[in-house]
Amino acid sequence: MSARIATQGRLIDRSKPITFTFNGKRLHGLQGDTLASALLANDQMLVGRSYKYHRPRGILASGAEEPNALMGLGEGGKFEPNQRATTTELYDGLTARSQNHWPSLEFDVGQVNAALSRFFPAGFYYKTFMWPKSFWEKVYEPVIRQAAGLGAVPKERDADTYEYFYAFTDILVIGGGVAGLQAAKAAAQTGAKVLVLEQTPHWGGRAPVDGGTVDGEPVEAFVERTVAELSAMENVTLRTRAMGAGVYDHGYALGYERLTDHAPLLAGPRHRLWRIRAKRIITATGAIERTLSFAGNDIPGVMLASAMRDYVVNYGVAPGQRVVIATNNDDAYRTAIALKQAGIEVLRVLDARNSGGGDLMRQAHEMGIRIDCGRAIARVKGAKRVTGVSVCAHDGEGGALEEVACDAVAMSGGWSPVVHLWSHCGGKLIWDETQAHFRPDPNRPPTGADGEGFVVPAGAANGELMLDAVLSDADAAGKLAAKAIGFKPKRGKVPQGAGPEEAPMMPVWLMPARATTALRNKAFLDYQNDVKVSDVQLAAQEGYESVEHTKRYTTLGMATDQGKIANINGLAILADSLNAPIPQVGTTTFRPPYTPISMGAIAGEARGEIFQPLRRTPMHDWHDENGADWEPVGHWRRPYAYVRPGESVHDAVMREVKNTREKLGLLDASTLGKLIVKGRDAGKFLDMLYTNMMSTLKPGKCRYGLMCSENGFLIDDGVVARIDEDTFLCHTTTGGADRIHAHMEEWLQCEWWDWQVYVANVTEQFAQIAVVGPNARKLLEKLGGMDVSKDALPFMEWRDGQLAGFDVRVYRISFSGELSYEIAVPACRGRAFWDLLLKEGAEFGVMPYGTEALHIMRAEKGFIMIGDETDGTVIPQDLGLHWAISKKKDDYLGKRAQQRSHMTDPNRWKLVGLETLDGSVLPDGAYAVAEGVNENGQRNVQGRVTSTYFSPTLGRGIAMGLVLHGPDRMGEVLEFPGTDGKAFKAKIVSPVFYDKDGEKQNV
Amino acid sequence: MLILQCPYCGIDAEETELAPGGEAHLKRHGPGSSDEDFHDYLFARENPRGVHFERWRHANGCGKWFHAARDTATLEVFGTYPAQTTEPPKEIRDAITARRPGWRWREFS
Amino acid sequence: MSDAVSALKGASFDGLVRVEECGLQGMITLRGDLSNRAVAKAATSVSGQKMPGQNRANVAGESGICWMSPDELLVLVPYSEAGAAVEKMTATLGKVHSLAVNVSDARAVFRLSGPAARDVLAKLCPVDLSPEAFGPGQFRRTRLAQVPAAFWMDDAETFRIVCFRSVAQYVFDLLKAAAHPAAAVGYHTSVGG
Repeated sequence: MSARIATQGRLIDRSKPITFTFNGKRLHGLQGDTLASALLANDQMLVGRSYKYHRPRGILASGAEEPNALMGLGEGGKFEPNQRATTTELYDGLTARSQNHWPSLEFDVGQVNAALSRFFPAGFYYKTFMWPKSFWEKVYEPVIRQAAGLGAVPKERDADTYEYFYAFTDILVIGGGVAGLQAAKAAAQTGAKVLVLEQTPHWGGRAPVDGGTVDGEPVEAFVERTVAELSAMENVTLRTRAMGAGVYDHGYALGYERLTDHAPLLAGPRHRLWRIRAKRIITATGAIERTLSFAGNDIPGVMLASAMRDYVVNYGVAPGQRVVIATNNDDAYRTAIALKQAGIEVLRVLDARNSGGGDLMRQAHEMGIRIDCGRAIARVKGAKRVTGVSVCAHDGEGGALEEVACDAVAMSGGWSPVVHLWSHCGGKLIWDETQAHFRPDPNRPPTGADGEGFVVPAGAANGELMLDAVLSDADAAGKLAAKAIGFKPKRGKVPQGAGPEEAPMMPVWLMPARATTALRNKAFLDYQNDVKVSDVQLAAQEGYESVEHTKRYTTLGMATDQGKIANINGLAILADSLNAPIPQVGTTTFRPPYTPISMGAIAGEARGEIFQPLRRTPMHDWHDENGADWEPVGHWRRPYAYVRPGESVHDAVMREVKNTREKLGLLDASTLGKLIVKGRDAGKFLDMLYTNMMSTLKPGKCRYGLMCSENGFLIDDGVVARIDEDTFLCHTTTGGADRIHAHMEEWLQCEWWDWQVYVANVTEQFAQIAVVGPNARKLLEKLGGMDVSKDALPFMEWRDGQLAGFDVRVYRISFSGELSYEIAVPACRGRAFWDLLLKEGAEFGVMPYGTEALHIMRAEKGFIMIGDETDGTVIPQDLGLHWAISKKKDDYLGKRAQQRSHMTDPNRWKLVGLETLDGSVLPDGAYAVAEGVNENGQRNVQGRVTSTYFSPTLGRGIAMGLVLHGPDRMGEVLEFPGTDGKAFKAKIVSPVFYDKDGEKQNV
Repeated sequence: MLILQCPYCGIDAEETELAPGGEAHLKRHGPGSSDEDFHDYLFARENPRGVHFERWRHANGCGKWFHAARDTATLEVFGTYPAQTTEPPKEIRDAITARRPGWRWREFS
Repeated sequence: MSDAVSALKGASFDGLVRVEECGLQGMITLRGDLSNRAVAKAATSVSGQKMPGQNRANVAGESGICWMSPDELLVLVPYSEAGAAVEKMTATLGKVHSLAVNVSDARAVFRLSGPAARDVLAKLCPVDLSPEAFGPGQFRRTRLAQVPAAFWMDDAETFRIVCFRSVAQYVFDLLKAAAHPAAAVGYHTSVGG
């Protein structure tokens, strides 16, 4: 029976009661409780069901290493699964639900798995669910999906916000226990800038519970004083509720700060992800206690010894009234002493060591606690809570010597330094035989850009478990880190820690030492993934000798706790099964984050409106207010069409095409790239970049150009305008502006660096508006200010001038095939000019048109589009664009590539138009089939559709495509299978469907 | 996440300010070259475990291309230098030799 | 030219710091050999400021010169003077290999001001913004969340930030989120956190 103890609880505030719910039940706790301590205070021993076997589980630990007490917290947009009760600070109104059971925690149907556990050993997934094959889809998969996973998936959008913070510091100290605090102080005293992160809300780590003195005073006083000193230092930043999540290359580390988890009503971001760059990182991350592997070590009421005393001392909660303690080391006696001092009955300490322990054992003995040496737990009795233990000799097979009734068991298998952050970036470990744990190998630290180690471990994380050694090690670490980066450590007194002498621990990987199969079948290693001692032994038996294989075969260490408690115990069993020493078997890789962090924190501010950098033209608001159906083009937003009330999108597109060809259309072309290329060698440079000859272009004139990659493929197209002797303006596609600018800079900087050319990206300097249609000239003449007649401004030329008082550059270029003026006006006046064109154009029937109308019109004219007719594998020759490829140039990017045999192959598919026989619209991406099938049984193909639309101008479907020998097969009918059984028949025609002689654009 | 010092603006730029550009010191082969030379120019790349030379652009920064010499396994950086050179400068080669005596990378050592 | 508008027409937000769009600002991209006298004169004569060294900006109000790269400067002049400034610069540059182009409309400019300005900007840029590392007179190009941007300090508590016009709304929304009144960090400043 677990309950609150009146005389204990250094972290709780009895004057502040809290109400919370667990599985719908209303319970009471206190300010300062964690959800775990509050559940224990309410005698809620059962907190979940294990993953595979659905065994009843209780709280095992008191910190981030907890494997069992995973809860779904909160509701709606704040719901989050798999939260550890031990790291959840209790607040008023908290709602928690346990996981992995149905219909309830107490009566779980899934428990049948435990009864059938013989059939679900490790690796069973690799041997089952394979036969009959047909059962997979209908039977196995749905059942497995239902059973899979631990927590429930949130159904609503995350209601919280998150942010990043980029912090630069000299020294990052991860861990706010006595080691972290002393290391931080030693470093900060040299003048270095220090950032200290502590994952819990409290400073001091384990020391205030474990006791000891520093310079004669209780260790809590040392903690308080040191924190006060550090807080007063300008060069120190202290953060609690902030976990060091990972250590990465070149001194990069992530800190995970939980700002409102403990008080969800607070405004502001919920989590802040610190993106830290430090010159040195000190990992003062402590150590985690190991379990002992005896049968029934997972029954609710069995806890890590240090956790049990944490609950008693910190939260005033006794997990049981009559406790048995099993241990292989002296530390567990601290629990015996703390429990006894709190008035809890310690029935027995079972010390597996024949000679027992040191000072602490003597102290416990003097308090009247019974200590049995050479003794062990054979098995724990009870199902949903502990009812007793069978005691046996440790050096035996588990034959029971005695049955002891009890309601809680504390176990200690030793301590493992938390080496994760040291290991994340490549730090190596050594096996410490005396303490039976892995600790950082000081000769093989993670190294940085200069090849030097940049992480320094300190305290228990460095394998130092005694208080005096912890403090001196931490002090040395702080000074070492500061010195390495150029600060001068002060000579000063190092705080002297003092505590009881401890006798050596004895490694116990299985309890009792020669436990029978039946016992080993219930001795748990990895609680979260339900991996037992027998599973690891089975893996070894089946030939899985590598720890990496064993991990994956058994899933040991693969749960959300990354095997914090299980790894070493599992490794030791494997080593024993292979008859190899532990260091030879090795460890698996530790990967960030140290404990799970929220997806929100990883995303930072990027959600909703600022999920990505939307790019808007100067006329964006007008489009938005006038029915724009928005289309993403990279990060730009362009109107696909302007939909009027009562219209479908398709209707709008049809209307826009008709109106532009018959009267007058306006298109916002601002997104197309505009690159200024200037210099003595500008012409020479553009001759290399384009397939065309650009250097011969005369000032005032425009030329459509193609760009290819060195591998020969088309990468962009656009109209180039010659501005003057030295200066060109190159248009690119919308998606191409930044890309082609970078491409130009790359060649100028890395290959032709002695050519005199400068490039400037002026894409956004201008709003660019296309004024298109038979009435285009009329509108511009009405505006007045420059001569836009055919003679003054012929097709494919440009002029600077003024229109209605706006400074403009007017290009006579046409993508629609109509009379077309593209007008560039400074972006700040773009909206004003657009408004004016609409106003003055009303009498000429002006309507804006969007990208789809644009695409249809150009397709009607047989003009190609990068991204439709090209897909990265198409060359200009495929598209019949030989006229754009200069024969006079010795060299240009792509020329050599296009000389390769697969590019001159006449069997490359070529561009043609396609017209369905019945006027329907060919599906996008449809293939034209040919006779026969290939080796895979798929029909042979001889062409594909690259663009396809319904043309309102022609009243039928039109398409362009690439077809085998297409231009030589005019009039032939091809078959294009659709996706729903229908087949389309289309005739090969010229891709120019409309105004074949180009009369309309040339007026 | 690595840091490289841009040799043009001197900024110690983190990876998110940079855009990678593949292997450094590629020799361009154009019209007139053999199929084999041209193929290698496009596709054959060094893939060493150890000393490597690569191009980077300070895209979210001064915009310049530079070269970096680094160890692909440990991420030790031997140096960065401007891109307007067909071979790594002597200071860079010496810096590498000091840390990796006997190194070789393509025709450089 | 009253119909010339900046991207966000002076929008502002007050939270941890004040965020405001600065309206129209004349900007000229000048490319050339910075050690060439004509290039330097072109920049200094229209801005009234001295040539800045590497990663530095000499800015007073609406006029200034910012070092963008070894062969590029950003010259600031009042918006209405930009056109004339480009002409004057072109004349000064003569036959020297160079490029002077008006980019006033292509950018958006923001001001971030208040004691917590460093903390707010540090949520968005991977730059050391401690007073020892960055102060008035320095100029930095970097990334602001997902877009390229540049900034300098007008005084110890004020940043001016430049980005492309098309992403002005994105940048304003970023700065607004970063300046949320309940999101104080207290790292570079003792305010909050």
